[in-house]
Amino acid sequence: MNFAFYLISGLAVAGALAAVLLKNTVHCALALTVAFAGIAMLFLQLGAQFAGFAQILVYIGAVAILVVFAILLTRGSETPRDGVYSKFPLTGLAIAAAVFAVLGWAVLNSASALPGAETTSAAPTVTVMDIGNALMSRYVLPLEIVALLLTAALIGAVIVAMHEKEEAN
Amino acid sequence: MIDKLDQVFVLLTQWVVGFLPAFLQPVAVVVIAVAAILVTFPGLFAICVLLERKGLGRMQNRIGPNRVGPFGLLQPVADGLKSLTKEDLVPLSADAAVHFLAPVFLVVVVFMGYAVLPVGRNMTLVNMDAGLLFYFAMGASTELSVFMAGWSSRNKYSLLGAMRAVAQMISYEVPLLMSSVAVVMITGSLSLNAIVDAQNVYTWGLPHWYIFTPWGFAGFVMFATAATAETNRSPFDLPEGESELVAGYFTEYSGFKFAEFFLGEYVGMLSISGLGATLFLGGWSAPLQVLGFVPSWIWFFGKVMLSMCVFIWLRGTLPRLRQDQLMNFAWKFVLPFTMLNLFVAAAWRFMGDGWLRWVVCSAVLVIAYVVMGRVGMRRKHFGPRSYRYAE
Repeated sequence: MNFAFYLISGLAVAGALAAVLLKNTVHCALALTVAFAGIAMLFLQLGAQFAGFAQILVYIGAVAILVVFAILLTRGSETPRDGVYSKFPLTGLAIAAAVFAVLGWAVLNSASALPGAETTSAAPTVTVMDIGNALMSRYVLPLEIVALLLTAALIGAVIVAMHEKEEAN
Repeated sequence: MIDKLDQVFVLLTQWVVGFLPAFLQPVAVVVIAVAAILVTFPGLFAICVLLERKGLGRMQNRIGPNRVGPFGLLQPVADGLKSLTKEDLVPLSADAAVHFLAPVFLVVVVFMGYAVLPVGRNMTLVNMDAGLLFYFAMGASTELSVFMAGWSSRNKYSLLGAMRAVAQMISYEVPLLMSSVAVVMITGSLSLNAIVDAQNVYTWGLPHWYIFTPWGFAGFVMFATAATAETNRSPFDLPEGESELVAGYFTEYSGFKFAEFFLGEYVGMLSISGLGATLFLGGWSAPLQVLGFVPSWIWFFGKVMLSMCVFIWLRGTLPRLRQDQLMNFAWKFVLPFTMLNLFVAAAWRFMGDGWLRWVVCSAVLVIAYVVMGRVGMRRKHFGPRSYRYAE
């Protein structure tokens, strides 16, 4: 907990708040990338190079681009006349609280689930090679399942998006 | 003496830092290295612009710039002064904040990539364990800047150019990454220094550069293709196709902001040339063992400038592709071939030393290339174009 931590987390929180509060949808998407960048920097500050760079590569390089693409290709980036705020704030609050509770519960329980939880005082040094070995040995089944799901989702998206070609000559 | 010359910049930095108090020294080393990067590569940018204008002039049977200074050598200075003194126009309907941020973001992100490039022996700014990943993370962020520029201008040509650019950059980023993964598989490390060290080995005075292996050669060709598309260079320069889109995503930029886009494009080309040289051409290592006495940084910058010349040569030679050709080429040829190349690289790794792996790997790649080319040509029906849109 030093100065850099507060600076980075302040940036991430400000980006996230701007993503919620700004009126223009594209501005919201760009503010969201600031929040993503802040989270990536937090990973880097904790010494998790792979997670940090993967965060930038996937979230800023791909997810943010897809978000702005979706905004531009569907509804247009103009602000709707009746405001951007939801008419059901209580429902949203309840859902947000539920998600936060589940995430908080998972984080609080994660320390005891790890092997060797008692010796958490020294920060572990994890190289990219360690992550690769773990993914290819202990976690190979989840990896393959995720890969299969993503491939299925990709093919499904293409089939949904592409209308049937008429039987022309 | 030879070692001194090789390490001249490192020794110079140490000498300068020696005058400072001890607690400032680590900071000073970084500041000096960053300043060196910020001076060297824009300087090379100026040389490349002149080279491009002169070279293209020769290829198109005209003289090129010859009015400023002897043989037009001071032309980059005049260009720089011109863009500094020009009026900075922002369209009335443009989104001023995003319009301002887009070129700044591009230049920042492009320069970040140099942090991990080994430009010479002991001359890497940050030797990261995941250096290659860092480079690609920074490269992927340039797409956002292109989108910001195109969207904030509120101009249909800008927006069309940005959409084209982003679609093209996403499509070609996949083969760019996949062709580099083969190098990572063989080296067993994502650190660019480790990749150079693995290639800086000689047998009979000849280097072990990855381009001199079957998978490395195929990977390098794919990498060069994807890198050309990634930097929006001809023949993949549809995002700024002058005959269709005025100037694409930076149509509404003038003065110094336009210069920033120009700088970003060329510095990006220099940096991706440097990455290609590092991954496949042995980085700063000498092409022959007997030439090892030449300083390492000369080899690195020589390789970078050579590939810049190839970029210019391609621009003067090839016509621009069409959008559907561009996409078909990326997804139906380059991507399957890079995937096959991953398998070939794995086979190369596990077949051990000997002549057999040379024969098998080369045969697989050549047969795949011929078959894919033949099948692709046969399926091609020439005639009116038909488009399929996603809804």
